[in-house]
Amino acid sequence: MNFWSFVSQNRLEIASLTAEHLWIVSIATLLAIVVGVPLGVLITRKPALRKPVIAIANIIQTIPSLALFGFLLPAPWIGERAGRLAILALMLYSLLPMIRNTYAGIAGVDRAIIEAARAMGLTDWQLLYKVELPLAASVILAGIRIAVVISIGLATIAAAIGAGGLGELIFRGLTMVNNAVILAGAIPAAIMALLADVLIGWLEKRFAPPREA
Amino acid sequence: MADSAQAAVQFCDVSYNLAKGREILYRLNLAAFSGEILVLLGRSGSGKTTALKLVNRLREQSSGEVLVDGRSTRTWNLIQLRRHIGYAIQEVGLFPHFTIARNIGLVPELENWAKEKIAARVEELLKLVGLSSDISSRYPHQLSGGQRQRVGVARALAADPPILLMDEPFGALDPLTRSDLQREFLLLQQKLQKTIIFVTHDLHEALLLGSQIALLEDGKLVSCSTPEEFVRSQDPLVRKYVEAFAGTDVRKRGRA
Repeated sequence: MNFWSFVSQNRLEIASLTAEHLWIVSIATLLAIVVGVPLGVLITRKPALRKPVIAIANIIQTIPSLALFGFLLPAPWIGERAGRLAILALMLYSLLPMIRNTYAGIAGVDRAIIEAARAMGLTDWQLLYKVELPLAASVILAGIRIAVVISIGLATIAAAIGAGGLGELIFRGLTMVNNAVILAGAIPAAIMALLADVLIGWLEKRFAPPREA
Repeated sequence: MADSAQAAVQFCDVSYNLAKGREILYRLNLAAFSGEILVLLGRSGSGKTTALKLVNRLREQSSGEVLVDGRSTRTWNLIQLRRHIGYAIQEVGLFPHFTIARNIGLVPELENWAKEKIAARVEELLKLVGLSSDISSRYPHQLSGGQRQRVGVARALAADPPILLMDEPFGALDPLTRSDLQREFLLLQQKLQKTIIFVTHDLHEALLLGSQIALLEDGKLVSCSTPEEFVRSQDPLVRKYVEAFAGTDVRKRGRA
């Protein structure tokens, strides 16, 4: 069976697996932003926490993905549904780039600007959302971009525990020893990763603070 | 010295040490009176910028008290203290992601002024510092160094604070622009009558602008006097400072 005929015969299934893939990655990324950005901000305020927080995120990143999926299986509620488990695992992997880039983005804001803002009587909160986060936005977005691209690739492995997504076609193709089926899963995943890279890269440029040419 | 009760800003026996024990300021006693320009003069590392930052509590003294309007800065609400004091620095510290209008109008915005009132105030301030109101929609990186400094001064004046702290606000400018701005600044001060503490290492600037000149050396106050008294002073450290600048005076070249 050649690639194009497989795709045309199974386009509905491919479309629904693509949607499932996108859903898993999107929810995982949103959760990672909700957890990771505040943690990144926290370690700019409490320097003593910086090393342990980054170390933990680093260790999570070093766990092989298949093993992480396995470790999470016995967890209550999470382990009941493969989709939930995949989202949690991808979220954990995304934390490191989120935390690190949020920290780097805020730490990189010019000291003179921060001091001027404090001297003008901005509260800590106003300093954060009016000055630091907007000026760090493009660096934070770069972290999100890295996390999303990695997640799209990793999510294919989540099919091994039955979470669905484009990985299903890849695993099916592997057992059938059929390249056309593998490609039907791999190519949409690759295109999704490329599109995400370009789109978030564009946002990154839009949010970059204006600078002297 | 006049009655200390009138001082807008007063340093009472103020010392500041770094955590490692290095002494930046040692038992500083100094007062800035309402409506005058107190210049803190000194070389790099003399502690003049640190002294300035104690006033709005960007740094906190290790001992002694800094009084603003007769009250210890420690008893002021920090945010109220800072909104009461304008701050302009050499690096300007304009927010690169805000337009000029938003930069100038930020403190009024935080104080919940009405939009129209902020816009009117921004326009008024731009005119006051000699800028055209066309630039209000531009971003800081689109302005020249001199324009940015003017915006920095306008921003410091935004909510009409009675006290201004200025740290070499004209230091990064070319000599011509600097002398223009110094002249305009004096005219502006005649109109506004703020209490200003002005940090500089430039003797000419100190003599031109200061009502009083306080010379700092190694964290200690060497002398505090009017510009006239300062140039006639027999204090060896003051003489050294004055002579160092006399040596660079262009009019003296060729005669030596």
